[in-house]
Amino acid sequence: MTAADTLFEPAGGSSDVGPVLEVSDLAVSFPSESGRVQAVRGLSYQVSPGEVLGIVGESGSGKSVSSLAVMGLLPSQARISGSIKFQGRELIGLSDDQLSKIRGRKISMVFQDPLSALTPVYTVGDQIAEGLLVHGKGRVTKQAAAKRSVELLDLVGIPNAAERAKAFPHEFSGGMRQRAVIALAIANDPDLIIADEPTTALDVTVQAQVLEVLKTAQEVTGAGIVIITHDLGVVAGFADRLMVMYAGKAVETGHVDEVYQRPRMPYTLGLLGSIPRVDADEKQPLVPIEGQPPSLVDLPQGCPFAPRCPMAVDACLTDEPPLSEVDNSGDHYAACIRSDELGAVEVQADEASVAAAVDVAAEVFGVEVIGEPEVARIPRDQRTVVLDVRDMVKEYPVTKGVVFKRRIGTVHAVDGITFDIREGETLGVVGESGCGKTTTLMEILGLEKPMRGEISVLGQNVSALNGRSRKAVRRDMQVVFQDPMASLDPRMPIGDVIAEPMQVHGIDKEQIAKRIPELLKLVGLRREHADRYPAEFSGGQRQRIGIARALALEPKLVVLDEPVSALDVSIQAGVINLLDELKAKLGLSYLFVAHDLSVVRHIADRVAVMYLGKIVEIGDVDSVFSSPQHPYTQALLSAIPIPDPIKERARERIILTGDLPSPANPPSGCRFRTRCFLHASLPPEKQSKCIEVEPPRAVQAPDHEAACHYAEPRQVV
Amino acid sequence: MTGFLLRRLVNYVVLALVATFLAFTLASVTFDPIGVLQQRNPPPPAATIDAKRHDLHLDQPIPERFVTWMGGVVKGDFGQTIANRPITEELGRRAGVSLRLFLLGITLGITLGVLLGVISAIRQYKFSDYFATIFSFVVLSTPVFVIATLLKTGAQSINNSIGSNVLLFTGETTPGFSGSWGAALVDRLQHMIVPTLTIVLSQVAYYSRYQRSAMLDVLGSDFLRTAQAKGLTRRKALFKHGLRTALIPMATLFAFGFGLLIVGGTFTERIFSWFGMGDWLITGIQNQDTNITATVTLFIAVCVLVSGWLADVLYAALDPRIRI
Repeated sequence: MTAADTLFEPAGGSSDVGPVLEVSDLAVSFPSESGRVQAVRGLSYQVSPGEVLGIVGESGSGKSVSSLAVMGLLPSQARISGSIKFQGRELIGLSDDQLSKIRGRKISMVFQDPLSALTPVYTVGDQIAEGLLVHGKGRVTKQAAAKRSVELLDLVGIPNAAERAKAFPHEFSGGMRQRAVIALAIANDPDLIIADEPTTALDVTVQAQVLEVLKTAQEVTGAGIVIITHDLGVVAGFADRLMVMYAGKAVETGHVDEVYQRPRMPYTLGLLGSIPRVDADEKQPLVPIEGQPPSLVDLPQGCPFAPRCPMAVDACLTDEPPLSEVDNSGDHYAACIRSDELGAVEVQADEASVAAAVDVAAEVFGVEVIGEPEVARIPRDQRTVVLDVRDMVKEYPVTKGVVFKRRIGTVHAVDGITFDIREGETLGVVGESGCGKTTTLMEILGLEKPMRGEISVLGQNVSALNGRSRKAVRRDMQVVFQDPMASLDPRMPIGDVIAEPMQVHGIDKEQIAKRIPELLKLVGLRREHADRYPAEFSGGQRQRIGIARALALEPKLVVLDEPVSALDVSIQAGVINLLDELKAKLGLSYLFVAHDLSVVRHIADRVAVMYLGKIVEIGDVDSVFSSPQHPYTQALLSAIPIPDPIKERARERIILTGDLPSPANPPSGCRFRTRCFLHASLPPEKQSKCIEVEPPRAVQAPDHEAACHYAEPRQVV
Repeated sequence: MTGFLLRRLVNYVVLALVATFLAFTLASVTFDPIGVLQQRNPPPPAATIDAKRHDLHLDQPIPERFVTWMGGVVKGDFGQTIANRPITEELGRRAGVSLRLFLLGITLGITLGVLLGVISAIRQYKFSDYFATIFSFVVLSTPVFVIATLLKTGAQSINNSIGSNVLLFTGETTPGFSGSWGAALVDRLQHMIVPTLTIVLSQVAYYSRYQRSAMLDVLGSDFLRTAQAKGLTRRKALFKHGLRTALIPMATLFAFGFGLLIVGGTFTERIFSWFGMGDWLITGIQNQDTNITATVTLFIAVCVLVSGWLADVLYAALDPRIRI
């Protein structure tokens, strides 16, 4: 921290004077076509100097709106009431000029999407320097600001900072841009930093890097931090206190350990239970929270969570419960009239822990254990091979010139991958963006002869297919897409959406009419839904429609491309459970592509980890997750935050340095060596093997292969 | 980057040649200057007609005529009109007249159009936005000659109410004007206001619409929020970060806007009796004069392509993402 010491005032100088931020009874509303949206309805919280407050909630819970209100950055049509006091000074009612003197100097903000957070036409260095100059008129010279911005970039871990400061934002990767935004946020040594979903748009390895940088930022500035997220994992190890928001209000708040271990509001409990855990030893069913968040236009009377709450009683529907103290703890508050009863259930568990809380969640929400499909009892090698991919290669040419295109390089998107999927089995494919997951999937779906290698679906080699037989194979292999909004035609009633694949395959009308209600029921929708249009459904319901469409032809293999990544946590659990259930009921096989390793751990039987177009590790999901052999898998797993504050604080992260190399010019030998911590720690004579020889995939344990010369198991979760 | 711009310049030269060749061919095929000559009463002797035909190179096939004409152009000789007057001489004078009108019109039009668009976007759905929207649609849907005539009438009534001719709308200068250098400038300005306004109005209407939507795209962007979050006032963030980025898509428009300008300019020149290029084009067509038509076409092509090339330069200057 030597660089930091010279850059910032020592922390804690003025920390004895009450909270930095004091929000009381804040309400924000916006006009909309259907009436006024009450986005925030009476929110109160405090942040002390140097404290990290985590705000957790799903989309539409008012978490971002309330922090934009603190910054004074809400659109002009927003109506704000209540009080926001910063270091004792009321912010509501200040003019833009007055606020602009506080913004960036005393309070700063890190936004969600680093790709669009920087102005594309100015260099990164200039944009940071601008933040310094605007608050240091007359005091800071241009040269000093430029020098300081380089120091700041260096502090947040941008290599060659002096050089990179002259680069434009588009020349930075997502993670680097987020670092630059953090550098901007800490430039003037603020007293409060608001981070709004700072890692949501990033890959998990980059997320770990950025969280580290935020921690450094907090250490050097001594600022209070408000970190907003929908991911209970991200804040577990970082936040001191937690506030859970629902429908524009805080429903539970308290010390982070307290809230995770003894949640006293059923919504918090449900959220905890709905997250798939990467550290789960045995497969626990997830807690789905039925229904969806209420419309904020005209909220019904009573507790807004009551319609989705398994513990709701008549009294819940009359009045909205206020935040009230739990067990005279002085710090833990929950907005639930039955929080004492919930406490009584929790006491039965012998020791307070997050695991116990999850058990309580399962009990309260009444989760059923989903069985395994019958075929799963037959040993794997005796089951039918549903999909077989051998040494598949997909390359894209890199061309230059407009009229005369010349090939100047090749992108090795998928570079010789081999795997198979057996009947009743789920293979999860994971990796950072750009590793070739989606290309793999598209190649398989295309049913065309691959550039090199072979693809066989249900024993049929796709390069031998003609038009008719290809159509027949398509019947056995269906797909569910990532974005449930974009993958359904908005002009078709969902009955027609589901009927379409059957019409294409010439199934007669009567049978189709009979099948639609069956399919709707199968995915948890009602038969009268068939006449409605996609716009009338929520995201989770639309994804169910997508699943129903995929199942219409009774396929053997379903390809799922990030099917839950666009959904809120509480909705996600329901869809994952549905997929699990369908697999058991119909004996389906899934090829499940995801970037979220926790989801994969939950749903998959086997997992393949991809890096730069290669599979670096593949095998049984429990074996791979509990004793990963490849350093990349180890880093990937260690980067995933666990929603358990105590475990999370005790964990040691393997932080990968840098970004993914370009697939047009992959490193020689082992592709991972440029970012590999194991490689870096080896003596030079051993390193040369990594550089010269590409490691083959070798069996490390039963059904567990890894491609590393020096593979050894390491427990990381 | 320089290489890229040079390549573009070569492309544009080729395009200008193609456009001129097509105009030349079209004019040569349709025009029949000899027919006009033959219908005179009394008809001129056959020898005169043959001599004229030879003078106008009508005895050569069209591509050869074009090459002959183009060969002259390269040497700075644009040939002769039917009436045997050298074109080059008139070209300089007329180009000067047109460029004065066009350049002033486009500079004012772009500046005011961008400003109006930005104000419209920032004050979306307020009175000033509705006013700008209605203004633009009315202007864009009204033919130039109607606008010009209306402005003429308006100028006349202003003159009447003042009681002296402040706004002049016939010709470029008062014929036979003599006076000091300063007085001559004032006289020119008096003649300039109404025709320039005609051009500016449609330019403002055109650019303000596009600038409004470009600015609206930027208004909701994250980087504008970042700029405010670091301590810029809203106004400063809007202009330094917002407008600067919203200008990028406008660069392409500037090139195409020039075409619109020339169409408007042709009518404007005629209505206000400015003897510029637009006026000349109409005269050339009326007189069935291929050389005039081709010359004016070449002039327009060069103008459009120069503005296109400037747009490329501007684009590269504005947007670091496309710099090569």
